Amino acid sequence: MAETKSQTPKLDELEKGRWPSFVKEIKTAAQKSPMAADLLGQLELSYNEKIGHWKHGGIVGVMGYGGGVIGRYSDVPDKFPNVSHFHTIRINQPAGWFYTSDALRKLCDIWERHGSGLTNMHGSTGDIIFLGTSTPHLEPIFSELTQAGFDLGGSGSDVRTPSCCVGPARCEWACYDTLALAYDLTMNYQDELHRPAFPYKFKFKMSGCPNDCVASIARADCSIIGTWRDSIQMDKDAVREYADRGMDIRSEVVDNCPAKCMDWDGKELHIDNSYCRRCMHCINIMPKALRPGKDRGAVVLLGSKAPIIEGALLSSVLMPFIKIEAPYRQIKDVIERIWDLWCEEGKNRERIGEFIQRVGLGNFLEAIDVEPVAEMVAHPRENPYVFYEEYFVEDEEEEKK
Amino acid sequence: MAKTVEEVAEAMYNMIKDATGLKKLKATDLTKGIIEMFGDEVDKQICKDAIKQLVNSGRCVYTYFGGSFIELPHKEGAAND
Ligand code: SF4
Ligand code: SF4
Repeated sequence: MAETKSQTPKLDELEKGRWPSFVKEIKTAAQKSPMAADLLGQLELSYNEKIGHWKHGGIVGVMGYGGGVIGRYSDVPDKFPNVSHFHTIRINQPAGWFYTSDALRKLCDIWERHGSGLTNMHGSTGDIIFLGTSTPHLEPIFSELTQAGFDLGGSGSDVRTPSCCVGPARCEWACYDTLALAYDLTMNYQDELHRPAFPYKFKFKMSGCPNDCVASIARADCSIIGTWRDSIQMDKDAVREYADRGMDIRSEVVDNCPAKCMDWDGKELHIDNSYCRRCMHCINIMPKALRPGKDRGAVVLLGSKAPIIEGALLSSVLMPFIKIEAPYRQIKDVIERIWDLWCEEGKNRERIGEFIQRVGLGNFLEAIDVEPVAEMVAHPRENPYVFYEEYFVEDEEEEKK
Repeated sequence: MAKTVEEVAEAMYNMIKDATGLKKLKATDLTKGIIEMFGDEVDKQICKDAIKQLVNSGRCVYTYFGGSFIELPHKEGAAND
């Protein structure tokens, strides 16, 4: 058993309590891995000095790829030689995060042979994250991963590993096959995923319904969220059953409808579907009685991001409703036009949402050849971007008469 | 006359070499530079193929400093032995 080199009183505090502790997990790994042992030492040092001891970036990767490996070095390698290199590897997860136990064992065996043994299943990008290896191990890991049927994920200024909710594999609310779309986009955009060619990162996230379990609306440059365009399916007897069992339909369902398009007269529930915002609230509360409509597809949104260079943005509507059917040409065509424009005009480290804000939505839509529609307006009377030129022409002609 | 992938790769390599130590170039900078240099004799696809050839052959490497760049292989200051 490798000896833990450092005393870690501060980290030990993080083992207390009933919740899972990353310190406990690293200590378990440290029994076999000198890298994990030195990681504990360096972390304790950082807690004592209130300063991070990692250096990031640079030339670290596998031959031919520009993404998937995030270079990290210790700035105190003399004290902790086993974490002198501590690179992170992102591995493209299967759509919806489904594994066989055999696949998981293979991944863990590869990682124990070549790295710290520490994983993050999964990172916020959705990838499988292997934490901590050294440069000489990168090519052997890559080769063993590909033999096991895995590939690296995205990092840097490229398409990041597309990620999706479990969708129709396990969830009755899925309005389209998120897994099929995630897989198709991943395979179709292999070059864009592995060879960074954009001003900055570009993330696709797919949710099967507006519950948006992968939080695509807050985290993806392109969010594809399932929805329906006909009426919510209702089983009236099941609604009454909820009421008979004590549910206060007025306060729990009707009053919380953001569109105020529901009514309950004590016997029957009415929905004015033309005003429904497809928020899923009523369906989540009464899953036995209500279901999404039958005419299903997705809304495509653009532009969300966490605060890095500029503040956080939520996605806004690009295509209010499209049918999601292979080979997904409608999505791919518009995305490729967006990439062309963004590569041409985008600034270094400018996300697509920031780019749209800078050039204006009207100019952006014109350049990618998409007609403006009312659903793109986030707040009524606050949209200074779109000018309907034909109206001006008509006005001018009127004036000439 | 349309340029070959090899000719474009060579021109890109020279751009990267000339910029070394002065400016890090992204794939988009290289593509724009090549289109400016050769006009109608090139397109975006040939630029993509040329970058692929430079990186696959090991003459150039991708690097990351806040964003992704394409550079000549070198040992950086930040790297530990
Ligand atoms: S986003 Fe909707 S379809 Fe996907 S898992 Fe969540 S509830 Fe189900
Ligand atoms: S889905 Fe949302 S907006 Fe539509 S009726 Fe139900 S609660 Fe109202």
